[in-house]
Amino acid sequence: MRLVASFKTLFALFASLMATSSSANNIIHTEKSLYRNIIIYEEGDQRCMSFSQRDQSARQTCKSLSDPNAFVFTYTKMMMGALYLNPNPRKVLIIGLGGGVLPLALAAMYPETAIDIVEIDPAVVKVAQQFFGFNPGPKIRIIEEDGRVFAKRAGKAGQHYDLIMLDAFDHQYIPEHLLTQEFLLEIKNLLTSDGVLAANTFSTSRLYDHESTTYQSVFGAFYNLRVQYKNRIILVKLDGLPNRDVLERNAAALEEKLRPLGFGRDWLLPLFSTDPDWKPDARILTDQYSPSNLLNSAL
Amino acid sequence: MQRVLIFLIAAWSGFFVMAIELLSGRILAPNFGNSIYVWGGVITVFMLALSIGYLLGGRWSLHHPSLPRLALLLMLGAASAIPVILLGDGMLDWVFDQVPDPRYGSLLAATVFFFIPTAIAGMVSPYAVRLLVQHPDSSGHFAGLLYFFSTFGSAAGTILTSFYLVLYFEINQILSGLIGISLLLGLVATFIGNRENAPGR
Repeated sequence: MRLVASFKTLFALFASLMATSSSANNIIHTEKSLYRNIIIYEEGDQRCMSFSQRDQSARQTCKSLSDPNAFVFTYTKMMMGALYLNPNPRKVLIIGLGGGVLPLALAAMYPETAIDIVEIDPAVVKVAQQFFGFNPGPKIRIIEEDGRVFAKRAGKAGQHYDLIMLDAFDHQYIPEHLLTQEFLLEIKNLLTSDGVLAANTFSTSRLYDHESTTYQSVFGAFYNLRVQYKNRIILVKLDGLPNRDVLERNAAALEEKLRPLGFGRDWLLPLFSTDPDWKPDARILTDQYSPSNLLNSAL
Repeated sequence: MQRVLIFLIAAWSGFFVMAIELLSGRILAPNFGNSIYVWGGVITVFMLALSIGYLLGGRWSLHHPSLPRLALLLMLGAASAIPVILLGDGMLDWVFDQVPDPRYGSLLAATVFFFIPTAIAGMVSPYAVRLLVQHPDSSGHFAGLLYFFSTFGSAAGTILTSFYLVLYFEINQILSGLIGISLLLGLVATFIGNRENAPGR
């Protein structure tokens, strides 16, 4: 009797496993890396990289199969808003590779620009190359390293970038040592005197307030781009934020270059805000105090 | 009274080690990142230090074991963690410059900062067993009790630090608190141990 019962349990387990895999039969690749599970799947016209099977919002990168140049995600479009602050970057640093959408677009727009990409997870680099057509040209350098370690070493070596993009967060996990005042000071130290920083952050929780005051403590005023309270992009220029006229002029000059990515200034420019919509007294995050994930999950 | 204090010291020592171990990952992250090998280095150093501490603690318990000496171990372990607060960033920067590979950099930094405090904390358990055991028949019983308190303390130190302490305090504040409590507990145990062992009682 017991034996039958355990067989039944086993069968039920097996059946549910089958059901899981058949409902996700568009999965084309899965991989366990040192840091996470990587799942590549196709859905409709899109191929996506996700770090979680169940959760749609865990998508890291998606690519349109019919129009591979166009950006699928809103946040990548908003990140390109950095170009409205500096339309001619010559040396770019990107921390966090994902599917390589941002560096590919930048390399297509600026063939002469040197791009350094720092990615902690070798498996992500491999998958980006295999499944997202990320074939780095001679101007692109990939460094497999923790972003903080790279920033510290590059700073000591006196390196500078005129555009830095921080894209190392997702909604589930924030590398806490990449969201502190000290880290941002190291990033600031890597910017040229007129350099621009674009940061993709994910806070919808009370972390939003802490993140805001932390960035403000290092950079002063910044442009804040938000859509539907999901992604939030922070744009900073070291020699001061350009005013609306400058933004519009740069946006007009970039309109043709950005069109293949699937958006334009009519959509992007109105998102630029300098409204401080956070609690100004939120505690600043430092290397000594950085419970970012706790703050992000707490209500 | 002495017995309660011995268990308390073992539990607190377990708490202390795990709290420090969790914080050490935080302390190393700005220089060496948060990669799996940084945690690998930290855990290696802590395990190695504990193993050597057990050896030394057992050895030291052969000569005139007493509660004040156990208390001394607790206080020495705490005091040897003070450089983490005082030298912290400067020392880490130095290691960062000397060792380009973050694997060996984090291993070296973890060794410099945490080997001695953890080894001394490891000495506490075998030494405490010696103080508790009066008769071979009860040795397993007391060893079991001691493991219970010490590992329970470790569990408490792990969850309290990672769930709550980091949410309210800075790393150095937590470290100072841990060291302070160790010193306080050590002083109390020294006082009580000396009083109860005083001639004429």
